[in-house]
Amino acid sequence: MSLTPHHLQLNQQGQLRHFLTIEGLSRELLTELLDTADSFLEVGERAVKKVPLLRGKTVCNVFFENSTRTRTTFELAAKRLSADVLNLNISTSSTSKGETLYDTLQNLEAMAADMFVVRHGDSGAAHFIAERVCPDVAVINAGDGNHAHPTQAMLDMLTIRRHRGDFENLSVAIVGDILHSRVARSNMLALKTLGCPDIRVIAPRTLLPEGIDQYGVRVFNDLRVGLRDVDVVIMLRLQKERMQSGLLPSESEFYRLYGLTRETLALAKPDALVMHPGPINRGVEIESDVADGPQSVILKQVTYGIAVRMAVMSMAMTGQTTQRQLTQEAN
Amino acid sequence: MSTLPAVDGLLADMAEQLRAHLNARQITDPAFVGIHTGGVWIAEALHAKVAPEAPMGTLDIAFYRDDFEQHGLPQRVRPSELPFTVDDRHIILIDDVLMTGRTIRAALNELFDYGRPASVTLVTLLDVDARQLPIRADILGASLALPAGQRVKLTGPAPLQLTLTAATN
Repeated sequence: MSLTPHHLQLNQQGQLRHFLTIEGLSRELLTELLDTADSFLEVGERAVKKVPLLRGKTVCNVFFENSTRTRTTFELAAKRLSADVLNLNISTSSTSKGETLYDTLQNLEAMAADMFVVRHGDSGAAHFIAERVCPDVAVINAGDGNHAHPTQAMLDMLTIRRHRGDFENLSVAIVGDILHSRVARSNMLALKTLGCPDIRVIAPRTLLPEGIDQYGVRVFNDLRVGLRDVDVVIMLRLQKERMQSGLLPSESEFYRLYGLTRETLALAKPDALVMHPGPINRGVEIESDVADGPQSVILKQVTYGIAVRMAVMSMAMTGQTTQRQLTQEAN
Repeated sequence: MSTLPAVDGLLADMAEQLRAHLNARQITDPAFVGIHTGGVWIAEALHAKVAPEAPMGTLDIAFYRDDFEQHGLPQRVRPSELPFTVDDRHIILIDDVLMTGRTIRAALNELFDYGRPASVTLVTLLDVDARQLPIRADILGASLALPAGQRVKLTGPAPLQLTLTAATN
């Protein structure tokens, strides 16, 4: 009985109990998540940046793939919720991935953790874990292969909402390597769900996934056309390792055609927001002056990311608690 | 229903008590803090009557509740906002109904995460004699003994009214 991710991640009352993908989540739930994150953002400005919500809980960061920003912001989020945090960095290089996952799962189950934050190079890994670990453990997807990075998408949504109020009249462009980007996929789904009327993706044909139409986006191959009058520009990191695969001519050619520079940014609305999930490659997809410029909210995204992850963790824990009670009542 | 007092009358009396309290303690620069949602309405009313120039903040104690393990987060959480420095301030903490005292315990904990106040004065519209913690209001509108299985609820913000409802849990 394999549940699809969006059914698996909700409890019987429709509350979040895992956070695996944006897919299948309602606008109301995403809005509730953003509202809760707003409240946690305020906690980050206090003398004591900590609330006692997850006291006595253990959060396990299980990272099969390297990450600095995502892991540390998840760690900080858990600590600000007063949870105990365990960081496991697991290299996948030596063993085959299926065996590694199974072995790791058994060890994690034995540690009686309350929540797993999982990053894995394979699409569907977090889903796989959510389906197979003991049902009381909340699983948060911190990035799985090319598939999804839902907390990044929600921190991007929080950034847009805090700077633009809502999504009703916005044009948002996502620029760069859409094909390999889990951030792009999650962002397209989140923007659509939250009612953004004009979502544009801008990329060379070789870096667009098949079936991009299903996301309800407009596709542009020319940055200078696609950026015209947008309110928000979300740049994606160009993964340099993709160069070798022949999908791209060269870094300098990519920068010339798809780099966000002062000149290309001028095509967007004058106060357009510049966003980037990081880490940024200066001079590869974004000009330094733009990354550090007045329209850039790239560092704010990092701050908002902590609040969003606090919201996700406390909501998933709520969903697990409620589900446990429902199950007990049913027995 | 006829046993429930009118809120306006209670507020006038509480404002009088609060002025006397501030004078007696020689507190000249209080800060008002209302607890969401009913407490904020009462705080706004008292603030306007007693010290309209004093700063005013709000607390949503959802992150400090002692029943997260049982109930999780409520569906709606509002950001707490204290637009002043808590350190060395005389805080007037205001809620609508003092029942078990657990909300006030949570509010005190949250308040102290902002800083170390000089004092905290607790003001509540009603005390329904159901305390489970050693917490009492310094300034109280009225004490009320509720019939079994009933709760009292403040509706507002305009007009502010008390109504009886059946207890849900």
